[in-house]
Order: sequence, then structure tokens, then C-alpha cells
Amino acid sequence: MSEVMERPMTATANATPLVTLRDLSVRFVSRDATMHAVNGVDLDLGAGEVLCILGESGSGKSVTLRALMKLLPRSARVTGRIEVAGRDVQAMNERQLQDFRGSDVAMIFQEPMTALDPVFTIGQQIAETVVRHEGVSRTAGMARALELLELVQIPSAKRRLAAYPHELSGGLRQRAMIAVALACKPKLLLADEPTTALDATVQIQVLLLLRKLQEQLGMGVIFVTHDLGVAGEIADRVAVMYAGRVVEEGPVAAMMRGPLHPYPRGLLGATVHGGMRGQRLTTIPGAPPGLETLPTACSFAPRCAEAEPACLAGVPAPRSPVPGRSARCIKVAAG
Amino acid sequence: MSASPATLPAPDRGGPAQPLLLLSGLKKHFPIRGGLFGATVATVRAVDDVSFAVRKGETLGIVGESGCGKSTTARLLMRLMEPDAGSMVFDGEGVGQNAQTGGITLKEYRRQVQMVFQDSYASLNPRLPIEESIAFAPKVHGVSASEARGRAHEILAAVGLAPASFARRYPHELSGGQRQRVNIARALALQPRLILLDEPVSALDKSVEAQVLNLLVDLKAKFGLTYVFISHDLNVVQYISDRVLVMYLGQVVEQGPVEAIYECPAHPYTRALLASRPSMDPGSRRTEPPLTGDPPNPINPPSGCRFRTRCPFAEGICAEREPVHSALGGGHEAACHMAEPGSGHSQAGRLAA
Ligand SMILES: Nc1ncnc2c1ncn2[C@@H]1O[C@H](COP(=O)(O)OP(=O)(O)O)[C@@H](O)[C@H]1O
Ligand SMILES: Nc1ncnc2c1ncn2[C@@H]1O[C@H](COP(=O)(O)OP(=O)(O)O)[C@@H](O)[C@H]1O
Ligand code: SF4
Ligand SMILES: [Mg+2]
Ligand SMILES: [Mg+2]
Repeated sequence: MSEVMERPMTATANATPLVTLRDLSVRFVSRDATMHAVNGVDLDLGAGEVLCILGESGSGKSVTLRALMKLLPRSARVTGRIEVAGRDVQAMNERQLQDFRGSDVAMIFQEPMTALDPVFTIGQQIAETVVRHEGVSRTAGMARALELLELVQIPSAKRRLAAYPHELSGGLRQRAMIAVALACKPKLLLADEPTTALDATVQIQVLLLLRKLQEQLGMGVIFVTHDLGVAGEIADRVAVMYAGRVVEEGPVAAMMRGPLHPYPRGLLGATVHGGMRGQRLTTIPGAPPGLETLPTACSFAPRCAEAEPACLAGVPAPRSPVPGRSARCIKVAAG
Repeated sequence: MSASPATLPAPDRGGPAQPLLLLSGLKKHFPIRGGLFGATVATVRAVDDVSFAVRKGETLGIVGESGCGKSTTARLLMRLMEPDAGSMVFDGEGVGQNAQTGGITLKEYRRQVQMVFQDSYASLNPRLPIEESIAFAPKVHGVSASEARGRAHEILAAVGLAPASFARRYPHELSGGQRQRVNIARALALQPRLILLDEPVSALDKSVEAQVLNLLVDLKAKFGLTYVFISHDLNVVQYISDRVLVMYLGQVVEQGPVEAIYECPAHPYTRALLASRPSMDPGSRRTEPPLTGDPPNPINPPSGCRFRTRCPFAEGICAEREPVHSALGGGHEAACHMAEPGSGHSQAGRLAA
């Protein structure tokens, strides 16, 4: 692990896209209702890049992430183009998917037991993944498991190979899940709020670990979070979702300094951070829309202080006032 | 007695200098049973000798990581469970003492102290319209049905839910933020003096969290309330609190005015906790975590200082002796050998006032 990969510049990253999402839509159709969970998402991720998808609950973050791995339930109607590492995910059959999941792309979750099997030891689970994907011997698989536990900084790694998930503390279980996900050196790591349930002193450890691993292994990472602070710690770029659409996208520092779209601007103002004592918090009135009908205008308009009739004329197209940044708001200058 | 005592706020007895609530030496240990005969195989020292005061009119914040005993402290404070040891004095009167010894009855104490939980569903009856959930406790306390409903409507308006459109709704017809407003209204119905809020905004989205925090600030001023605000979110606690108490493994490690805790934290745990906050500024990312490992288990806490297994400053004395709460001036105190002059720690007294 001595050779740390250079983080590619965004320009080169765009030249060799790891992920290309075009007009992704996901609807959940049941007898009584249709939920328009994701409504036309375009995203690009370069190799070795970290993108945070930021948004409040129900905005479509997890569904977008799962679509990238074709992990959605049967009731989901998925349209659009999903390409990961040059492969058309929608077109894959079960066998191709099995090979794809693990070796090209892996996923980690908020709750580690989603990904860990309670009846096998940590060592067995990693070794089994490596054996299945790479056809190596069990011994080689176990050796890799030990390397991986050391890589994710689990103390007394050798002893922990024989531990069952429930025997580990919360932070170690999270690390073990990361080790399983990295077992076959995926090019893309999908992370769905992996640090949300952790305590402050453990959360920062796991965030720093993920950042370090990402740099060492040169992985692309899509990291879903509702926490601006987490995005500030780990993201290169941020995509802010609202009601199933990306309303703003761009480099993290620029977004934190001055969001273009009124929704992230409101979110930033409503997020309590140091030095706000005694000040009245700015709030966003109301609540996000229901998704039973497909929004035909700016979904944020009913809550937006700057809304005007033109906002209701149609779904605002992305506008890019500066290269690399864009927002779906008619008040944003087109570049 | 007047017609409906429960509709009148209880008077201030001890005066402004008398703490509203004084807790001393509170302990709660949970036995863990195991084996064939259910023998006690271990003890969770969830709250282990906790003392603090809640001053009249303040917001006291309690922070600490999960499992450090915040909710157990809250349940003891509410008398939802009996402490194994310790005493509670409410505005100068012992809580739950009998007629001979004087003091305040549990029934009266529970009227003056109310609680709001994280889970907005937990304390609302799913089969009752919300106005009835709010009117329920006053009716139990002898308020007539019509008066209780009238008050429920007033309080609904005070928490920002127009009674005309909300009073007859059921909990499942509300959003999480609206349900939390109803819980706050329910807590206000008996005109309590102290409200205990256990992670009240932790389950809410940020934009809704800000709405509820603003509401709590308004209600406190409007009704002259005192708050105990428990949260794992250091930013929220800093925003809302006048004084802050930091817990680690069942004990208070530091307490003081909010400025002292956030600007000159004395205890190494407080410092690490504050330094663990993710930064919204990508320009100030760090490379090393302030602490390694997870908090240890309160079943077998370390000897001496409980933080010593993770503390970068730990020395021999830290394993031998439990640190005392050393005063650092201005009501700021920390339980660390470095804060006590002459404790035997090589840096002893460096933090002292
Ligand atoms: N399996 C499902 N069936 C029906 N609706 C779903 C399903 N999964 C997600 N949804 C809906 O899709 C929307 C987006 O969900 P999700 O992506 O999980 O949001 P989040 O941004 O919180 O991760 C939500 O309204 C949710 O209720
Ligand atoms: N009823 C109970 N029985 C056994 N252990 C308990 C019980 N309630 C809490 N505990 C334990 O006590 C400790 C403190 O818990 P709690 O007060 O809920 O912490 P916090 O609210 O700070 O997360 C934890 O280790 C928890 O598992
Ligand atoms: S008493 Fe010792 S171990 Fe405990 S916090 Fe102070 S220096 Fe660290
Ligand atoms: Mg989600
Ligand atoms: Mg708790």
C-alpha cells in the first residue's frame, strides 16, 4: 500500500468516466399508487473521485445508489442509461451481475449487519468472497482477509479473523463491512450513510479511514449523506437532491461557500453549527412534496422565498454559470 | 383549593438562587442475568454517581456518545425508574418523600416536570386525535373536559399547529416535525416548570430541526420554562444551551457555561469530542482522528479515570485513583487529574484556575 495514487483532476476524470448516469428515473408502481422516487438524474463520476449525494430523507439518494448496482426490488420501473466501468448495468443478466457486484462495484451501508452474515466469522466471509470472485485457494483467501483487516485498521487483526460480527463493537463492525466490500478491489464503492449511526469520535475515524482507502486504492466513491459536515470532510464534488432530482452539482468547497440553488442555500442556513448561538435559525417552511405525481415544475417552488410564476412553467433545466457547477433554478445565470 | 389547580402554574418557592432541581450521587446499575438460573453475571453501571444542578430559567445541555447514560439519567430525573442511590431536590423540596418528612409528592413532581422523547410516535396514542392526547393529562389532574380541550387548542396554536386544521388529526396523519410539535404541546399541557428533552430533534431532517429549535426557544421565553436538553449533536447543544454537562461511561466528566466548554474545554474527552465534529469547510480537513477505538463498555469500566484507556495524557495515577471534580472558575469544573493541582499527574494544575 505504499504507492498512493494521485487523485485525478476533474478534467481527466471526465475523460475516463467510471460512472455515467443519464436521465435515470425510478418509479415504484403498486396497485394504489405510483411513487416517482427518481426523476431524471444525470451524474458523472471519474475514476478516483468522491461524489457526495446530499439531501433530506426521501429525496431519492438510496434509490439512485441502488440503481447503480441493479439492487432495486421488482416493483421498481427503471429507465435511463446506467454505465459503470464501461458496462451497461441495465443490460446485465444475473450471472453478469454477480461478477459485477464485488469486483467492479461494492456497497456499504449504515447498518453493517445488512452486509455481514451473522453465522460466519469475519475471516470466512472475506475469504469466501475472494475465492468466489478470483478462484484462488482458501488459504490465499484467508491471507487476503488478514491483509484487509489490517488495511481497515482493525487492531489484533489476526485474532479478529475468527470473530463473529456480533462479537465486534459498532466501529469495528463498520470496518469489517468495509473490508468485505474491498475484498475484490472494486473500482467503485457505493456508501449509503455508512457513518450516520456512529458516535462522533468513531464517525470521524471511519470517515478518515474511507478517505485514506479511497486515495490508496484509487477507487471512485459515491457517498450518500444527509449531513453537510460529512460531505465537507470527504467529498470532491457534491450533488444535492430534492424530490428525486439533482438540483445543484459542483465542487464541494464552492457549494459550501455559496450555493447556487435556493434549496441548498436554505439547508446551509438551517444547519446549526458553531457560532450561531443567540441567532434565530433560518428555516425552510413547509415540507418536501409527495411523489405520487411527477413534478411538472420546480419542486422546490412551494417552499422557495424567491419563487415567481415562471418557476411553475416547467422543470427548470440545469444552468451552469461557471464551468463545473450547475443548478436547476431559473434565477441562476446560464453560462 | 381552587377549582382546577392543574391549570395554574406552580409558584416559585425557593427564589431565583435556589436551583430548580438538584441531583446528588445518582446511581443506576442494571444487572445482566445469565446462565441456567438467571444469576447476575455482570452489572451495567449506566449511571454511576452523577450530581448536578439545574438552575431556574436555564437550558442545561447534556452531551455524550451513545451508551454513556444520558437517557438513563433522563429516566431517573423523570422518576420513570427508581435510582439505586442518590437524592433529588426540586425547588428546595425532596422529591417523593412522604408526609412526615415533607417534600414534594411524586404526583406533583410529575406534573411540574415533563418530557419529550426522540421518537415522536412513542408518547402519542395512535387511536386518539391529537387534541385528546394533549388534553388527557390535565383531565387526569382534575381539569374539566371542556376546559382541557380549550387549553389543548391554545397550546396547539402556541406550537404552530392551527387548531382548526390539526386538532382532530391522528398522529399518523402528521409529519415527523408536526408530531414532535404535538409532543411538545402535550408536555406543556400541565404547565410544567421543567421540560426534559431527550434527543428531541435527532430524528428530524435539518430544515425541520431548525423549525423545532426556534419553537423551543420561543416557548421557553413565553412560558418561563427551564430545559434539560439531551443530545449527541454537539452543534445543537452549543446552540441551545446556557450550561453544558459532558458525560462519559455513566459519569459527568466536565460541566460549565457553554462558552467555557466549547472555547476552553478542559477534559481530554471533551476536547476530543469537540475535535471530532466534521467540518463543513473542506479547507480545514484533518488527517488524524482525535481518538482511536470505540467507547468501552459500562459493564466493566476501567479503574481510576474511566477515560484513561483512550486518553492521550493518561499516566499511572489515572489508573490508580478516580479524578475529583476540580473547579476551574466560573462554575466550570472537570474530573481530570490534570485539572487538580497536586494530583500526582505530571501536568497537574496546568488547567487549574
Ligand atoms: N421499495 C420501495 N417501494 C416503494 N417506494 C419506495 C421504495 N424504496 C424507496 N421508495 C420511495 O422512494 C423515495 C426515495 O427513497 P430513498 O431513495 O430511500 O430516499 P433517501 O433520500 O432518504 O435515501 C421515498 O419516497 C421512498 O418512500
Ligand atoms: N433497562 C436496561 N437494562 C439493561 N441495561 C440498560 C438498560 N437501559 C440502559 N441500559 C444500558 O445502560 C447504558 C446507558 O444507556 P443509556 O442511558 O440509554 O445511554 P445514552 O442515552 O447515553 O445512549 C448502556 O450501556 C445501555 O445498554
Ligand atoms: S485523569 Fe488521566 S486519563 Fe483521565 S482524562 Fe485526565 S489525564 Fe486523561
Ligand atoms: Mg436513504
Ligand atoms: Mg439515549
